[in-house]
Amino acid sequence: MLDLILRTLYGFISVAFLGSALGFGLAIAAKKLRVEKDKTVEALMGHLPGLNCGSCGYAGCEPYAEALSSGSDSDITKCKPGGAACLEGIGQVLEREVDTSGPRMVAQVHCRGGEGTAETRYRYKGLKDCNAASILFGGDKSCQYGCLGLGSCMQVCPADAIDYDEQGLVWVDKNKCIGCEKCIAVCPTGVIKMIPEDADVIVACNSKDKGKDTKANCSVGCIGCQICAKKFPDAGYKITDNLSIVGYNDRGPGRADAAEKCPTGSIIVLDEK
Amino acid sequence: MSKFKTFPKGGVHPPDNISGTGNRPIRNASLPTHAVIPMSQHIGAPAECIVNVGDTIEEEQLIGKSTGYVSVPVHSSIPGKVVEIKEIYLPHGKKSQAVVIELGGEFKRMGKPQKQSDWTGLSEKEIIERISSMGLAGQGGATFPTHVKLVLPEGKKCDYLLVNAAECEPYLTSDQNMILEKAEEILEGLKILKKLLSPREIIFAIESNKPEAAGVMAAAVEKSDLDVRIDILKTKYPQGAEKNIIKSCTGKEVPSGKLPLDIGMVVLNVETVYSVYEALVFEKPLVERVVTVSGGAVKAPETFRVKIGTTYRQLLEECEGLIEEPAKVISGGPMMGFGVFDLDTPVTKGTSGILFLTKKEVKAAKQTSCISCGRCIQACPMGLNPSDINKHSLNFLFEEAQDMGLLDCVECGSCAYVCPAHIPLVQSFRMGKNQLRAIMMQKKGAK
Repeated sequence: MLDLILRTLYGFISVAFLGSALGFGLAIAAKKLRVEKDKTVEALMGHLPGLNCGSCGYAGCEPYAEALSSGSDSDITKCKPGGAACLEGIGQVLEREVDTSGPRMVAQVHCRGGEGTAETRYRYKGLKDCNAASILFGGDKSCQYGCLGLGSCMQVCPADAIDYDEQGLVWVDKNKCIGCEKCIAVCPTGVIKMIPEDADVIVACNSKDKGKDTKANCSVGCIGCQICAKKFPDAGYKITDNLSIVGYNDRGPGRADAAEKCPTGSIIVLDEK
Repeated sequence: MSKFKTFPKGGVHPPDNISGTGNRPIRNASLPTHAVIPMSQHIGAPAECIVNVGDTIEEEQLIGKSTGYVSVPVHSSIPGKVVEIKEIYLPHGKKSQAVVIELGGEFKRMGKPQKQSDWTGLSEKEIIERISSMGLAGQGGATFPTHVKLVLPEGKKCDYLLVNAAECEPYLTSDQNMILEKAEEILEGLKILKKLLSPREIIFAIESNKPEAAGVMAAAVEKSDLDVRIDILKTKYPQGAEKNIIKSCTGKEVPSGKLPLDIGMVVLNVETVYSVYEALVFEKPLVERVVTVSGGAVKAPETFRVKIGTTYRQLLEECEGLIEEPAKVISGGPMMGFGVFDLDTPVTKGTSGILFLTKKEVKAAKQTSCISCGRCIQACPMGLNPSDINKHSLNFLFEEAQDMGLLDCVECGSCAYVCPAHIPLVQSFRMGKNQLRAIMMQKKGAK
């Protein structure tokens, strides 16, 4: 009986000794072999969102923080998902003046042409990838500027903010969008553009074709008829390259009325969508 | 072991379907009333249009000026008046400026006795200049400017001149019919090239499914004083791909990222050799070519000699139209060709065939998921792993795909042909290469 107790005790003692010895070793190692981390990098990491989305051009948040801290990159505005809070934080750490007056920008698809509205030239049966389709005659749509609808932007979106809406057209959820602009980089037609989060209207068309051609290609395209710009001169619509472009800095009266008067319905009031 | 030469890795055996148009005389297609002549019919910088709307054009007049070393000039195939200069889509999916010429006036050459000129007195430089000014580009389909291929780099010697008559694409018989009719002219073309390159050996490579053409060529060689080795290759796709045909005939391998010239090889399509003959002997620019119009949906398949700029629609009419609605219209061969949506697309220097394929021939099927069966790896003649490269390229990992050999892919389509899941692999590779190019440009710009 005593033998059994002794043997058990022996086991306990030896494991306890081993444990304390190794623990002591680790404690020494943690003190002596400690890798000093840059305090600035750590402080910056506290402000960066930690999404590792790559929109700043670096592999993740930490490499960007390192670049900022070492001074190899002086542009502190590169983190778009972080927004104003992140920018302020970085400014504080690096003791730099920041300008956070601009609104938060989000991406949106500027095209509402789809089945039944946009004409196609051929039946596309290939890869479900916009860039693959665009090298075949610029995609199946007769319009060269529109959304190809194959969803490459959805694939790259780190925030899962882009999806097909109830009409089967690609649409960005502005509440989910973090503004990283990855979708803009992948889109072959350039139909995704950044707008302020509080945008009231968009001209949902990207066609720079002449009005006649746009009309032949798509029933909801902007034909550059100038009604919005001429009837509502203060509303901020401007026609360039046969396409109406709406400004967001100066929002005069008649912006929503212009949407109503648009003959093809390509101006969309965002609250109503 | 098979008695015919071949390349060791990969390849597929699609049914060749050449009995419809093979071994039949080449017919002259009727003249187009409107010729649509693109400025970009070759690889490299597009030619610069030097005519305006309203200009009167002579037959074979220069209408597009070469804009660089890797570029070729464009000539008018018919006399007439320029009625329009517009942007059109070419079968490979890109846009090009094109000159529309309305037929009118008198032909300088066609229907008249042809004056032969003596090329033997020309220097090597003059021969190259003539080839370049006559607008020659590889007529096998890739349309690489011929003069670029023929200029040997300093210190390099040409070991082999290889005439590619494999014509491994199913349906196409334009090369075969060309040999049957123009064997002696082709040999004359080879004499010119021999003077230019002084190769150690001239090899004429043809697949084993065209014994008549091989026989005609052998007889012509026998009669002439030119020493040509005729290699009969195993009928296997892609036997006619440049790198594969080199491996089959000489056992040599072109290193990744290098050109055949780097290992002392010059490979020319048989029709290009014929064009060299015409350019030197008749001073005739490249304004017409031989095109096979075939496929199950065509009533009377035929091989035509066609003026460049003739539309597909007109050639279809000459084949007495369609017997059924085609599922796909393809420019080029069924394996590497491009689907076209517009029958008003013109024949260019690289159009070897126009196919109107029925639903049965296309074997269209729904795409399913990759089951990692590895058949594509077996079929790849370049020894790549198409399945893996595809997965990387679909997930935007283009640089990783490049490390796996994306740029070594010759887009022959063997992998997509055998894929049981019907995955459009070649499209994925084309897209990947395009994206990779964009990434490289961006990096260059950043530096």
